[in-house]
Amino acid sequence: MANPMKQKVLPLLLVALAAALPFLAPTYYVQFSTRVFLLGLLAMSLNLVVGFGGLVSMCHAAFFGLAGYALALASPQSGPASLWLTLPLAVGVAALAALAIGGLSLRTRGIYFIMVTLAFGEMLFFLFHDTQIAGGSDGAYIYFKPEVAIAGVPLIDLENPRTFYWVALGLLVVFVMLLKALTNSAFGHALVAARNNERRARSLGFPIFRIRLTAFVISGALAGIAGYFAAAQYGFVAPQLLGWHLSATILVMVVLGGMRTVTGPLIGAVVLLGLEEVLKALTEHWKLIEGLIVIAIVLVLPGGVQDLADRVFGSATRRVDEPRSRPEKPAVPPGEPAAATREVEHA
Amino acid sequence: MDFLTFAVQLLNGVQYGLVLFLVASGLTLVFGILGVINLAHGAFYMLGAYVAYWITSYTGSFWLALLGGVAIAFVVGLLLENVFIRRMYGRDHLAQVLLSFGFILVIDEVRQILFGKDVHSVATPDFLRGSIPLTDVLSYPVYRLAVSLFCLAIAAAIFFVIRYTRIGMIVRAGAENREMTRALGIRFDAVNRYVFAVGIVLAALGGIVIAPISTVYPGMGDSMLILSFVVVVLGGIGSVAGAAIGALLIGLADTFGKVFFPTFSSITVYLLMALVLLWRPNGILGKREV
Repeated sequence: MANPMKQKVLPLLLVALAAALPFLAPTYYVQFSTRVFLLGLLAMSLNLVVGFGGLVSMCHAAFFGLAGYALALASPQSGPASLWLTLPLAVGVAALAALAIGGLSLRTRGIYFIMVTLAFGEMLFFLFHDTQIAGGSDGAYIYFKPEVAIAGVPLIDLENPRTFYWVALGLLVVFVMLLKALTNSAFGHALVAARNNERRARSLGFPIFRIRLTAFVISGALAGIAGYFAAAQYGFVAPQLLGWHLSATILVMVVLGGMRTVTGPLIGAVVLLGLEEVLKALTEHWKLIEGLIVIAIVLVLPGGVQDLADRVFGSATRRVDEPRSRPEKPAVPPGEPAAATREVEHA
Repeated sequence: MDFLTFAVQLLNGVQYGLVLFLVASGLTLVFGILGVINLAHGAFYMLGAYVAYWITSYTGSFWLALLGGVAIAFVVGLLLENVFIRRMYGRDHLAQVLLSFGFILVIDEVRQILFGKDVHSVATPDFLRGSIPLTDVLSYPVYRLAVSLFCLAIAAAIFFVIRYTRIGMIVRAGAENREMTRALGIRFDAVNRYVFAVGIVLAALGGIVIAPISTVYPGMGDSMLILSFVVVVLGGIGSVAGAAIGALLIGLADTFGKVFFPTFSSITVYLLMALVLLWRPNGILGKREV
């Protein structure tokens, strides 16, 4: 892992390759890749709390959708809205929602946390679905992409799909650097410590609740950035953007790509959305197959694509901890982890 | 609002709460005893309603639908436990969430293939048709009353089984301390299978009895799942009595929310949940934090 080639050159190469895509691929694939990047951003944001924080949040689509709605509501029908005004607004709204939901949900643990975040996410879904805010269940259009201008001089033209793609790619690079810095910081280590052993972290004097809430709000705000650009790209917002099916889908991406790294969920997004694209071309009932694949992943590949790669290419270092990836024969007796969870839940 | 209108709304709220209890008790049993979170619980509720529609449309008999639906749900529950859920004991909740999300995708698509997207209705069984007149304009449907009584009977049966039978004793012991129960040579794993199947049956039963009241439509499982979650959060995980309290609270909050704040009615139940979380994070009857 200490190989400098692998650490420095490979990412640069990948980014350069990705930046060249609009010159090589038709517009459809440029737009598809933009969509993949934006959902990858969302999955990476979610992973800050799921992978590093050990908190299975089921409401991140709500932050994503809320920011999108903020853009839709702040955009005039006659012309583009300014990105400088609407982006901070959208991210602020998402962060505030994350603060409120996180503040309440983090009082609970384990299964409770999953259920409570799911319920609060659905509350926001119903808020937009059942009332007439921004078109109710029909959703609302965003007729113009936000304008990026300084003193009236346009800098970036988001109406151009290629430009939008590069912006998404740029965001991706920024997110990866930011999340890497964050998870390598003292704050990130405290977050992981709380995940690994809450009681020990607490007795060492870490303010667990505050650390988790901070992570939750940062993650919600980042999900908001992803949602803002996603809404701008679709040119449309609907309550489904906030729904828990999207929250669960990005969780699949996180697990598929690997939870222990910053970029894993991005890989998960690429694999899952690529798979969906292929399945959609093959059959009308692609969701059936996707569901079966999700079930198979849980049963056979608990470590996601990383497991698959290890199995196919066979890694020598892997053999040491191989039993971990075998769901049929858990290394610990089945009853034990549940008891341990219960202890933590009520701790 | 005069007294009779209030009474009718109260009955509606209680009836809704009782059906909610039926579904949520299945969820809380599976949580509390198996330690498994099942997001597909709502999907089985929906499936129950569709099976009721399917059987009544062929046979015309609601009673056959009730029996058939319960039998199908029980077999499906046993099968799923044996093939999938069994592997989830002791796995982290995230794996359980994803597995059951996979179930939802499969069930939704199978429903789509078999029944399509249309909204269906199920006829009320013959001798429960009609209403009890209260005043010249107000009346209360017999079927709703029958549903309330049926749910109460099921609730009583659950309490009786858990409290007074040998199986209930094993279930309680297993929920309290899994390893100790196993170490004492009690066939806890065999009981697990039935607990999961009964959980699925309770979800499907909810769907079957609600079918003649509301319509049968594709998204019905989702809203029921979320509400059941709220009920379990309110009452405390694994507590059937807590689920009963939670379900009645939600049923009443939802019904009266619709009367008093029609625009924001869908939010009242979540506000209630937020309040309870502030007051008792582990639910009204949940174990206290140590």
